[in-house]
Amino acid sequence: MKKFRTSRTFPAIFALSACEGPQSAFDAAGAEAARVLTLFWVMLIGAVAIWAVVVAIGYYATKTRPGQHSEKAGLRLIIWGGCVFPTVVLAMLLFWGLRMMPDLRPPGDGPTIAVSGERFWWRVAYGVEGEPGVVRNLPIGGVPSANEIWIPLGKRTEILLGSPDVIHSFWVPPLAGKMDAIPGRVNRLILEPTEVGVFNGACAEFCGTAHAQMGFRVVVVPETEFTEYVRAQAQPAAVPESEGLDLFIRNGCAACHAIRGTPPDGVVGPDLTHLASRRTIGAGIVPTTVENIADFVASPDHFKPGIEMPAFGMLPKDEIAQIAAWLGSLE
Amino acid sequence: MQIFGRTKDNLWTLIAAPVIWGIHFLFSYFLAAFRCAPNADIFESIGSTRVAIGFVTLVSLCLIALVIRRAWHEWLTGGGGFRNDQDTPEGRESFLEFSTLLLAGLSFAAVVFETMPILVIGDCR
Ligand code: HEC
Ligand SMILES: [Cu+2]
Repeated sequence: MKKFRTSRTFPAIFALSACEGPQSAFDAAGAEAARVLTLFWVMLIGAVAIWAVVVAIGYYATKTRPGQHSEKAGLRLIIWGGCVFPTVVLAMLLFWGLRMMPDLRPPGDGPTIAVSGERFWWRVAYGVEGEPGVVRNLPIGGVPSANEIWIPLGKRTEILLGSPDVIHSFWVPPLAGKMDAIPGRVNRLILEPTEVGVFNGACAEFCGTAHAQMGFRVVVVPETEFTEYVRAQAQPAAVPESEGLDLFIRNGCAACHAIRGTPPDGVVGPDLTHLASRRTIGAGIVPTTVENIADFVASPDHFKPGIEMPAFGMLPKDEIAQIAAWLGSLE
Repeated sequence: MQIFGRTKDNLWTLIAAPVIWGIHFLFSYFLAAFRCAPNADIFESIGSTRVAIGFVTLVSLCLIALVIRRAWHEWLTGGGGFRNDQDTPEGRESFLEFSTLLLAGLSFAAVVFETMPILVIGDCR
């Protein structure tokens, strides 16, 4: 058998495990994630130290000085090392961890954004009016979007989380810990980004067949840019008349999708008014290109098993292409 | 029942302290859940809930302390040995007493841990 080369394999594994990047909790870019990371390192270093001491004692008792030891010494080791030490260390860690919790959930000082986890995508509404907590259902209104959430740098954005179907969990590892989106209850999560950038989010609670394809993006920008973005998202569609729109309506897409400024006003699926301004389609699955939109419309279940949207592969190819080209122009 | 004299131990005396721990846990958990379930006014302070849990904690700790005191006393009176591997009534008794002592110590620490949140968490957020 070939010998396992630790010296070479180890760095390789470390590199492959991707400790950096837009979806890594090791690359903290938010206030909460930074604290959780500190907690993690303290726990890890402490655990390694304790493990080393235990191994050293084991070595001492079996190799250095095997044989009988005095009962008194053994008893002392058990009482101090086995009872007092763990109790005190655990108490301190627990107290420290608990102390962090209220600080992680202060009142927001930025925008309030409603995010609804729906099988298998994220409904987003900017600027909703909602007192945190009071509600059982997410506040209605606001500027609708989907699968991409912009937030201002350095502000504590209040994310109100809900769901109409099953429990999902909202997780952006570089920014904060996860928070469940539960039907019949509104949870709040504070995102306080400390760096600009585009971060990956994921659904972190199994919710059905396409659970693993239920991602999203969080885009952190300076506050002025954020305000500008929300104002642009509030505008009606850029191309309100086209052959693509007629086909969209004729083929029944309007039953589920809204395109503001045009007749389609369905609410089952994502708002497509500014589809082309979003980085991905299908909830973080593929980049927004005209080809991807066409493929997605022809067979959504190919991208995401169990998806709510029916396949439209029976439509003539050029009709799909026309719809896709028009959707792809909706910046 | 005699508490500070020497009595016979059994499984009930053995699990007395963990039962108090269990009741304390359920009480604290249910009270906090009940208080915060409406999900309203999450920044409002929940002082009375904390006081109630604190009070039940003190009672629980006192009861567990009594268990510790009794077990400790009886265990020492019986010789205080750790090796109870003889099939005798004395060995059995001593084993139960020592186990009770250890379990009660664990329960005491557990109840203290369970109560820590009321020291630092003052509302439902
Ligand atoms: C039965 C309702 C329904 C109908 C009809 C429907 N869709 Fe969808 N559509 C959805 C749902 C639900 C999603 C979100 C799926 C997911 O990501 O899990 C979606 C997603 C999409 C997306 C991706 C949006 C994004 O931001 O990720 C596009 C593009 C799209 N639909 C286009 C169309 C077109 C074009 C038609 C008509 C040919 C159509 N849809 C018909 C329900 C529908
Ligand atoms: Cu989900």
